[in-house]
Amino acid sequence: MTADRRLPSRRGLLRATGAAAAVATAAAWGPAGSAAAANPENLPPNLPGWGRTLGPGVIEQPYGTPSPHEAHVVRRYVPWLTPDRIGSVSFTPLADLHGIITPSGLCFERHHSGVPDIPPGDWRLMVHGLVERPLILTLAELMRMPSESRICFLECPANGGMEWRGAQMSGVQFTHGMLHCCEWTGVSLRTLFAETGLRPGASWVLAEGGDASHLTRSLPIAKLLDDAMLAWGQNGEMLRPQQGYPVRLVVPGWEGNVWIKWLRRLEVGDRPWFHRQETRNYTDLMPDGRARQFTFVNEVNSVVTDPCPEKPLTGREGFVEIRGLAWSGLGRVARVDVSVDGGDTWRSAALQDPVLPKALTHFRIPWEWRAGTGPFFVQSRAVDETGRVQPSIEALRAARGVESIYHRNAIQTWLVERDGTTVNVQIDG
Amino acid sequence: MARRRPVAVALLALAAALPAAGQQRQPDAYMPFLVPAEGNTPDRPWPAPPGLPALPPRLGFGTQATPAVIAGWDIAVRGDGAGLPRGSGTVADGEELYVTHCASCHGDFGEGIDRWPALIGGGGSLATDAPRRPVGSFWPFAPTVFDYIRRAMPYAAPQSLTVDEYYAITAYVLHLNDLLPADATLDQDSLRTIRMPNRDGFVLEGRPDTPDEACMQGCRRGRPVGVTMDSRRFVAPGSGSGFSEPQ
Repeated sequence: MTADRRLPSRRGLLRATGAAAAVATAAAWGPAGSAAAANPENLPPNLPGWGRTLGPGVIEQPYGTPSPHEAHVVRRYVPWLTPDRIGSVSFTPLADLHGIITPSGLCFERHHSGVPDIPPGDWRLMVHGLVERPLILTLAELMRMPSESRICFLECPANGGMEWRGAQMSGVQFTHGMLHCCEWTGVSLRTLFAETGLRPGASWVLAEGGDASHLTRSLPIAKLLDDAMLAWGQNGEMLRPQQGYPVRLVVPGWEGNVWIKWLRRLEVGDRPWFHRQETRNYTDLMPDGRARQFTFVNEVNSVVTDPCPEKPLTGREGFVEIRGLAWSGLGRVARVDVSVDGGDTWRSAALQDPVLPKALTHFRIPWEWRAGTGPFFVQSRAVDETGRVQPSIEALRAARGVESIYHRNAIQTWLVERDGTTVNVQIDG
Repeated sequence: MARRRPVAVALLALAAALPAAGQQRQPDAYMPFLVPAEGNTPDRPWPAPPGLPALPPRLGFGTQATPAVIAGWDIAVRGDGAGLPRGSGTVADGEELYVTHCASCHGDFGEGIDRWPALIGGGGSLATDAPRRPVGSFWPFAPTVFDYIRRAMPYAAPQSLTVDEYYAITAYVLHLNDLLPADATLDQDSLRTIRMPNRDGFVLEGRPDTPDEACMQGCRRGRPVGVTMDSRRFVAPGSGSGFSEPQ
């Protein structure tokens, strides 16, 4: 547990976030009471400075923000992925999150034409097409309707899409960070369509955003009537602008692209529209040159978030609680197995309640790690309640090649070196 | 990368899950919809699946959306051309408009500048290890090219041009892809008759397509672990792949 062992990771953070954030990080990071980072004047038997003076009172911050010591826990983006930051993506800092709920301000973002500023009084939803009564609804009307809340994950189908050919990202924020899990509050599509009625033949619905991209996706009516909702609430408050304020579509278990943000229009029809976002994009190209279309479900997936490259084992000899997240777009996570030997031997992890359908599930399993041993290959493998098993990257490549971009739910491998350095790698099967 | 996986075993495990050739897949959690007998096409209605839940009682919210109100927002054009507005534009006019509104990102000839999308090329690339997905060689339907350009372009000023101007730009983009001659005029009727080369390149969902195997002990059968790729070739472990400040 020496300062030297922590240095490589600190240098990585310095480069990424600047010196100020890295200094704050040093105190917050790693095992509690890390001797290398602490100010001796604040340690027992001394009385720390914060216990000898008064602090700020209430409403110094009418809307609170995280501790300044957590300034390194932020969304990050990868410049080479997109032409600009307006049509781009940022990543959730999974390594620094706890439990299953993602704080709204840390949820990854995916915008195609930036974030619009929509006054709630000016927002309107148009519902038309194969309906009995084409309607315009205000936000106030929507929020008066019978409501419901549910916790579910949202994952971009491109999560992990940079690693079909191999491991190239530095840590879990970038391998798995197009993922978040929130409580959503809104009105079910069943309740909404009761107002308009549905005409015979209604089988698909076009959902359209009101931002400058006017993003559209075609969705089958059976899914919408099963468990989709229009949400205005996220984690107890109104949606953040980056998440679709004032209203977005929530489509539990299905790829994030169909959770249309800044929703303005639902058109009911009798077939899909074959628009750009369901042909040119969000289709899965197979080795024979044909692309799979309408691949909506995010299949069973999991990742260890501690240890991970951002949270190496360096300086953490002894007891280690391996922790991680699992999820499935088909239902509940039934089991998560963990291996530290590259998949030769697996042990089932404990699942933290609540284990909710189509929501992140937290898992943990104890381990003992000693510096100078290994290397170890830490992996997790989730199984969902339908029996689907998270595949190896080799099984995925055998089925789909390496050019399908989307829906890469492969088992992740973290290499733990003998000094505790933790590295994103891919291994053979 | 080593490929020593027992593929035969995986295929055997899958065989039971796959429907027999020619058999229509029934609606399931992956595909909760019915497909017309003609297949994955916008040219036919897709029947609603049986067993849709009943709707709850109506409560009386909302005001009527009149045709005039709907017309302002209902810009969707379907793959078969339904929804195309009346109008027309020439390749020649489209070239001028394209140079003004599009070329700074997509390039004078649709080749794409920096990381902005190319609109041309890619023919024959889809089954190779360097596939490309531009308009001419990947998009299945011409009417939805018009839909997307009008819906979202020009990037900084979407829906700012006239319908005729959008027809002209669409005509020029199709011309850049050798799908229209230089003297062509495009309108709502001719656009839907253009057959895109990759018209039949899209199939439906193929999952589940990986084996549901979860071995617990001795799973590597004595084979040592081989690292096929190490991210340190590209970046140091940690947060180095990304930035929290604009670059």
